[in-house]
Amino acid sequence: MTRAETCVVACAEAWRGDGAVLAGTAGLIPQLGARLAQLTFAPELLVTDGEATLLRDGEVEGWLPYRAVFAMVAAGTRHVMMGASQLDRFGNQNISCVGPWERPTSQLLGVRGAPGNTINHTTSYWVPRHSPRVFVERVDMVSGIGHDRGAHEIRRVITNLAVLDFETPDRSMRLRSVHPGVTVGEVIAATGFALTIPDEVPPTREPSDEELKLIREHLDPHGLRET
Amino acid sequence: MDKRMTIAEVVDEIRDGMTVGIGGWGSRRKPMALVRAIARARRRNLTLVTYGGPDVGLLVAEGCVERVVTGFVSLDSIPLEPHFRRARSAGTLLLTEYDEGMLYWGLLAAANRLPFLPIRAGLGSDVMRVNPDLRTVHSPYLDGTELVAMPAVNIDVSLVHLNRVDAGGNGRYLGPDPYFDDLFCLAAKRRFVSCERLLSTEELIGSGPPQTLLTNRSMVDGVVETPHGAHFTSCVPDYGRDEEFQREYATADWNTFRARYLDGDEDDYQKAVARWRGTMDDYQKAVAG
Repeated sequence: MTRAETCVVACAEAWRGDGAVLAGTAGLIPQLGARLAQLTFAPELLVTDGEATLLRDGEVEGWLPYRAVFAMVAAGTRHVMMGASQLDRFGNQNISCVGPWERPTSQLLGVRGAPGNTINHTTSYWVPRHSPRVFVERVDMVSGIGHDRGAHEIRRVITNLAVLDFETPDRSMRLRSVHPGVTVGEVIAATGFALTIPDEVPPTREPSDEELKLIREHLDPHGLRET
Repeated sequence: MDKRMTIAEVVDEIRDGMTVGIGGWGSRRKPMALVRAIARARRRNLTLVTYGGPDVGLLVAEGCVERVVTGFVSLDSIPLEPHFRRARSAGTLLLTEYDEGMLYWGLLAAANRLPFLPIRAGLGSDVMRVNPDLRTVHSPYLDGTELVAMPAVNIDVSLVHLNRVDAGGNGRYLGPDPYFDDLFCLAAKRRFVSCERLLSTEELIGSGPPQTLLTNRSMVDGVVETPHGAHFTSCVPDYGRDEEFQREYATADWNTFRARYLDGDEDDYQKAVARWRGTMDDYQKAVAG
């Protein structure tokens, strides 16, 4: 079992219990996670090819052009897992720019659909490199809103080190589990704000034999998840 | 009702300082032949309304743009647009940054001749901070919900690229997504459609189901046939994105790129791309031994 495989399963877990909602993804690991969830414990999940096609286990099952995505966003029948260039303790996310907005030191994508996603429906984040550069006290441009700004629900943050959630009284970020081989101290050191750390931090659950077989032989036979 | 035009005639309709809407999405089905022609004509101080891709980068690199109204600028397979990034960091480009759904709503409001449409997107985010003119409204009904009053995004001239069009402006998309091209046309005072192939109305109607017709002639003022006119963005099923050429665009020194690909007309551009493609193929054959 590799770290990437643990992360795929941790991403899949974010959609558990969601029913017939649209899984939006940014990046290969969340995409594998959504497909794995659809194949196992979340069969009703809708998964797209990143453009206008709905897929069930890689085969076309429907059509969803961009304009129709916005209807699902507004209706709240979607759970997206976005990336984050910056993320704070309440789950405010920035993908727009680093530095002052008026003249950024680094212009990134722009806010994309993050404001609309986060106010309307459940959102999770995938952070491939957990570091104090991403987990910051204050984000430079609030793109996706956090719980202190009216987010619908920020459910999980999955990183290369750990799984975090917001199951605290003030809905700020909490360490939920550490991936096998990672210490709580490493996560604290890689986070630029004070996390809530429970007395007992469990390890992230390991992939089952069935999940490993699906990931390795079916979903990603060429091992792109490891690159 | 013959609305056929040349590329030059379309560009003549665009004057310095205008607000220009550009269809497509990211690096997908962009009216690049028309975009290139605007760059060559050295239009200035344009405001672009777009789901941004290389249309933004190319016009920004050529100094044609004062402001971009968008939710993102991306080349898809290359996530960040290098020319857009450079101009933003240099402080030479103004930005009206909206959530993608807000931009959709703004186009919808303009298309429906409404001053605004209410939407949740934007509330609580820094989109409100960087757009201090945005206002909210409260539902007049019992719920009293606070919503963003997304203003109509009104456009002077819109440019879109479709797969098949007739001389009157009835147009069909053959790819998987209409994007927002119909709304760009409905939100603009003047509307120009470039296309891969110009067909007779009879051929157009015979070539597919009616629901894949995206524009009707009342939505279009001019039509221009530009084969490979979306290059290097995708225009499926006619062609996919030219990833190798997009890398060339994203990484080449701009003056070199301009001299090689933009200094002539659209015909010269397509020939230069074909020559570059031949060189690439020779290189790859040599590498393959």
